[in-house]
Amino acid sequence: MRTLPALGPTRKLKLPTEAERTLPNGLTVIAIRRPAVPLVEVRLRVPFARAPLGRATLLSQALLSGTAARSGVQLAAELQAVGGALSAGADPDRLMISGNGLVTGLDRILELLAEVVGGATYPAEEVTTERERLADRIQVARSQPAHLAREALLRRVYGTHPYAVQTPDVEAVRRVRPGQLRALHADRLHPAGATLVLVGDVRPAQALDAAERALGGWNGGGKQGDLPPTPPLRPSPLLLVDRPGSVQSSLRLALPAVPRTHPDHAALQLANLVFGGYFSSRWVENIREDKGYTYGPHSLVEHSVAGSALVAAAEVATEVTAPAMVETMYELGRLASLPPAAEELEQARRYALGTLQLGMSTQAGLAGLASTYAAVGLRLAFLAEHAARLTSATRDEVAAAAAAYLAPAKAVTVVLGDAERVAGSLAALGPVERTAAPAP
Amino acid sequence: MPRRTAPRIPATKYPVERFTLANGLRVVLAPDRSAPVVGVAVVYDVGIRSEPAGRTGFAHLFEHLMFQGSENLEKLAHFRHVQGSGGTFNGSTHLDYTDYFETLPANALERALFLEADRMRGPRLTEENLRNQVDVVKEEIRVNVLNRPYGGFPWLKLPPVMFDTFPNAHDGYGSFVDLESATVADATEFFTRYYACGNAVLCVAGDLGAGVTDLIERHFGDVPARPAPARPEFAEPDLTAERRSSYTDPLAPLPAVAAAWRVPDPVTDFAGYLPYVVLAEVLTDGDASRLVERLVLTDRTVTSIGGYLGFMGEAYEVRDPTALVLQAHLPPGGDVDKVLRTIDEELERLATDGLADGELARTQARMATHLLGDADAVIGRALRLAVLEQQRGAPELFNDLPRLVGEVTAEQIGAAAATLRPQRRAAVEVVPGSAG
Repeated sequence: MRTLPALGPTRKLKLPTEAERTLPNGLTVIAIRRPAVPLVEVRLRVPFARAPLGRATLLSQALLSGTAARSGVQLAAELQAVGGALSAGADPDRLMISGNGLVTGLDRILELLAEVVGGATYPAEEVTTERERLADRIQVARSQPAHLAREALLRRVYGTHPYAVQTPDVEAVRRVRPGQLRALHADRLHPAGATLVLVGDVRPAQALDAAERALGGWNGGGKQGDLPPTPPLRPSPLLLVDRPGSVQSSLRLALPAVPRTHPDHAALQLANLVFGGYFSSRWVENIREDKGYTYGPHSLVEHSVAGSALVAAAEVATEVTAPAMVETMYELGRLASLPPAAEELEQARRYALGTLQLGMSTQAGLAGLASTYAAVGLRLAFLAEHAARLTSATRDEVAAAAAAYLAPAKAVTVVLGDAERVAGSLAALGPVERTAAPAP
Repeated sequence: MPRRTAPRIPATKYPVERFTLANGLRVVLAPDRSAPVVGVAVVYDVGIRSEPAGRTGFAHLFEHLMFQGSENLEKLAHFRHVQGSGGTFNGSTHLDYTDYFETLPANALERALFLEADRMRGPRLTEENLRNQVDVVKEEIRVNVLNRPYGGFPWLKLPPVMFDTFPNAHDGYGSFVDLESATVADATEFFTRYYACGNAVLCVAGDLGAGVTDLIERHFGDVPARPAPARPEFAEPDLTAERRSSYTDPLAPLPAVAAAWRVPDPVTDFAGYLPYVVLAEVLTDGDASRLVERLVLTDRTVTSIGGYLGFMGEAYEVRDPTALVLQAHLPPGGDVDKVLRTIDEELERLATDGLADGELARTQARMATHLLGDADAVIGRALRLAVLEQQRGAPELFNDLPRLVGEVTAEQIGAAAATLRPQRRAAVEVVPGSAG
């Protein structure tokens, strides 16, 4: 018998060199050095709360379609010439423009970025193209079970909150006119409250200067939108969304959660790991490695600006839908009512701490972390504080977090599947409310 | 506007060391201390093409069995030890190889070596684990293929149109009948034949520290020597007449099409192959690429189009026979024939008129960014280095790729485009079965 080698000494979390500057127009620039490869990652995050969904989504798709100085194709070619590319996306919290390129092209990428945020023109022809592409993409998304299950869960969890609907209807998209995009852009694409993150093979001070040169003249006026806090979860019957002929059922459970800065957060993260947050969790070991009901079950604490939620998701064979739900409730209930084993907690803790290191080990990883954190006023230094909290969270604290947040009685549950085949057995477990899937 | 000169294409300079243990295991080391993490990859020279007839999907099923316990490890132990060390893991099955890998904090390096060596000596192949993983794989196929629109398009749908022989043409995910017929004896035989240490490459990248060679020797040195099996011949003749096929996808709301053309041998004729890799990007990388500008932005005959080398999109990790693949999604009522005709027209134009000023340089610059970005992740380096060693005996090619991509000429691109004629094409069309 050979024995598993011990781990070497744990290294202290080492944060990369960074620098920050708030420009006179209100733009916050954060520059982080990781010289491993001669590239730079760019993330510009602009608050976009309360932007009308159809317009905001189409704006993100048409943003790079042209400026006064050049067409969308010319813009793409100029970016490519320095190894670069940019893309944009919107969600209920923000508009995000992301990209990367050769670090020698940093100035050029920032110039072109400034040209876009300062004066995207939304040419009518290009807007028509992007509008139809978006409409097609929405139609395809609505033929995906994972997307439909997500839509149903968001509606159930968020009710009348703006987070409830995150994909616009095709009709809403088709109604959007270029002038409305220009108006929305003028209203909301402003540096106040926006954050630019630059990560790469460049001295942070030099990156800040480059950002200031390129984006210092970006207009500083404009409106901000605020979202109310997300509503508390309301216990409700399981919602069964019918998808006739579905060979799998998509299980989705939402549970309460807290933001990253909340005192319970580290303990909640550990409790979630023990439940279903990584492969070596109770849920995965049960419904996949023991029962073979599913391929990739996972649970995750999702953070948005206005609130956080724990979401568990699994695609299970239609014939085991109810048994999979029974095991899910069992694992949640067991963790909510009995503390985790000591070694089980240590394993989850080491995973949480180790993956913090892995997440910081690439330029793209650092850029994503820094941008996400900045949205809620945090900096990378938060990683060290969080690591300390993960290290010190006790078994009692994790048990208390599990009892408070993972109790199955608090879950809002959606199942998307073939209702004819699964409704009966699900009804044996508790009340079920049935609905049809939306037409694509 | 002033003309800008093309940027110099940068390269990586990862030191690469290679050696072979007495038992035949090939090892690649790529030390780099830019982050306190390590990547460990073990690649076996067996994939979908080596599956026996009547056992479609077996290479992938076997990959799952490699996680089910081994000589000194109970079921579940592998996952728990990797993640309980702060690491992540995965494995994947390709046409020509199967990889197993972990990314971990540097203090867990020896543990990962132990785990990989243990299953190289022998996984626990039991009836119970086999039945469990057949069920898991069936759910994987349902989630990725059967329960969603465009499942397996085009990677499972094009090969049977383009190829005639079982190794190249069959469904690599496997039929449920074949998966259910798999036995422990099949698995034992597959392991004995293909999972020989002489048929494997180990690559360790990242913050390795001193003594890594000794650690590798300590854990892998006594894995019993078994030579690599002879690699079968998978060659097939090129097409001389166009092949077209279509199928109805009951879940798809919109039409789609994919087309493929054979390309030179990626290993024995890398210089002849590389222009096709660049050509795929000239055609489809971004809004300024040929086919995106024409088909998406000008004609609006497609909603999106992508192009890449190899059915699984791994240009530098595939052997002959393989293809340049284009795939496009069409708007409602879209005309696939018209799309294919326009592609022919654009290829003809490229072959005849050549590239525009700066078009090649900007494509190469963007390709360099992609290659360097892949290299930044320690596991991206470890996997690519391992496969380059396995298929070419040349892991150092890793550092040369951006430069070699940059040396492809406009003439070579034009010549490559000239070979993509309709009579050499295999195409498959998705007919939407759920048009709303």
